[in-house]
Amino acid sequence: MQAKSRAGLAPTASPGLVQRFLKRDSDRRLGALLAGLAAACATLLLLVLAFLLVESLPVLAHWRAFFSSEGWYPLENRFDLMPMLWASLAAATGALLLAAPLGLASAIFVVFYAPAPLARFYRLVLNLLAGIPSVVFGLWGLTVLVPLIARWQPPGASLLAAVLILALMILPTVAVTAIAALRAVPRAVLSGAVALGIGARGRILGVALPAARGGITGGFLLAAARALGETMAVLMVAGNVVQNPSGLFEPVRVLTANIALEMAYATGTHRSGLFASGLVLTLLVLLLAWLGTRVMRGHRHG
Amino acid sequence: MNRIAKTLLVLLAAGWLQPLAAADDRLTLTGSSTVAPLALEIGKRFERENPGVRVDVQTGGSSRGINDARLGLADIGLVSRALNAEEKDLTAYTIALDGIGIILHRDNPVRQLSVEQIVDIYTGKTRNWRELGGPDKPITAVNKAEGRSTLELFLHYFALKNSQIRAQVVIGDNQQGIKTVAGNPGAIGYVSIGSAEFEQKRGVPIRLIPMDGVEASVAAVRDGSYPLSRPLNLVVKGKPPALGERFIGFARSAAVNDLVEAQFFVPLEP
Repeated sequence: MQAKSRAGLAPTASPGLVQRFLKRDSDRRLGALLAGLAAACATLLLLVLAFLLVESLPVLAHWRAFFSSEGWYPLENRFDLMPMLWASLAAATGALLLAAPLGLASAIFVVFYAPAPLARFYRLVLNLLAGIPSVVFGLWGLTVLVPLIARWQPPGASLLAAVLILALMILPTVAVTAIAALRAVPRAVLSGAVALGIGARGRILGVALPAARGGITGGFLLAAARALGETMAVLMVAGNVVQNPSGLFEPVRVLTANIALEMAYATGTHRSGLFASGLVLTLLVLLLAWLGTRVMRGHRHG
Repeated sequence: MNRIAKTLLVLLAAGWLQPLAAADDRLTLTGSSTVAPLALEIGKRFERENPGVRVDVQTGGSSRGINDARLGLADIGLVSRALNAEEKDLTAYTIALDGIGIILHRDNPVRQLSVEQIVDIYTGKTRNWRELGGPDKPITAVNKAEGRSTLELFLHYFALKNSQIRAQVVIGDNQQGIKTVAGNPGAIGYVSIGSAEFEQKRGVPIRLIPMDGVEASVAAVRDGSYPLSRPLNLVVKGKPPALGERFIGFARSAAVNDLVEAQFFVPLEP
């Protein structure tokens, strides 16, 4: 199936046919239109990056201040971004550590073990979960989760709360992408494993998972990028104190929350400092996306 | 003669002659970032009721408001405090009052705190309610994000710098502050008095505590007895142009009370 559909697009498959199609007038016009739209999308992304750069320029001249460990007091000209960068990474990593095994386990269950009706129901639930707006998670976190943690370890608004909320939010992303990757593993590969007399456990862990590795890792990175970019839910539960994450019960502020909290009233260098936070975050997500494509390239299935 | 004057007056009132009468139908307001969002909303309504008029609002702090009004760079300056002795060349028209209240969880037995005690809590010197006669519970100090007007007023009143504050939670808007305190029996926070009073009456488990012995309420802010408050002013040098005068009158009227309350400020009259 897969091999056939790919052959249709590959230039080596049937050059004469493709050439003849492109010569047709309407096709040429469509090609030009699509090329234009694609170029517009790429340009938009570049413009966003350029805009971020230009807006943060006044602070970028003093870029050393980002690593000064003087704290974030923009009105006193102190622009230390590192604690927030660490907080963003800690929250996203923690969330992924929780969501990855859970998501992967549910994917394996749905693809290999669940009876068809249950699997269908389960996938529906996952899609519903993925569709819940983040602010709802945030509200639930603020009114239920944070007071719960506060009773145990005040102040409650903490890295732990952020990690738990984020894990809940990215769990469907991890599960849905893993399900898609596992289902894309060619039947022949699995049948081959059965023919060799490999048991269910070996078939899943030794054959299906390695075959779907690319898609699964891609899903992890996608989920990590979502966790890094999440704003409202984290802002509501993380406590937002600018400090290096030193413990699970300590409040932290992530880069996105920094922008959302202060942008409405920021002027001058304060504003540029917030754009610099956005720039750092964008670069981080771009790095993740680049890693994602690299991982996916090596593995064909999924 | 009399009839012509009367007709003219009627026409003026009907707005027919307005484009001719108002040689300058632009109004520029600059200054305090606290007053600016409110001025912007009032300006929008003013524009709608006076077609052809444009109200421009720019921020830059109260000092810019004073400066621009003085030098004539703006028609009206926006200033989020009372004028001091050196600024008597300007006239201030108060359009609303801004007051913040200190809130605790309803179950907290502590009933009042002195200025020193609040400073000690927010600078991290006092860390447990036991030291203030309360239960053995760690204090969660809730601070506002940088740039918020409530933070500015709080810091000004308690003579603190934001970098001196050791908070456990930093929040954005008033609602988040109220929910944070309501969900944590050891928390202390400060929010706009209007929203705190409203939520307390609705049964949210928070309690406004008095400042310097004065009950924290919208009424106390309005009659000027509550200390942790400030006036939001429009300032002009000399007599403002006719359009400016009309705008000031409009901004001080009850017609904008809903806009004032939407920004969590206290209108001049109920």
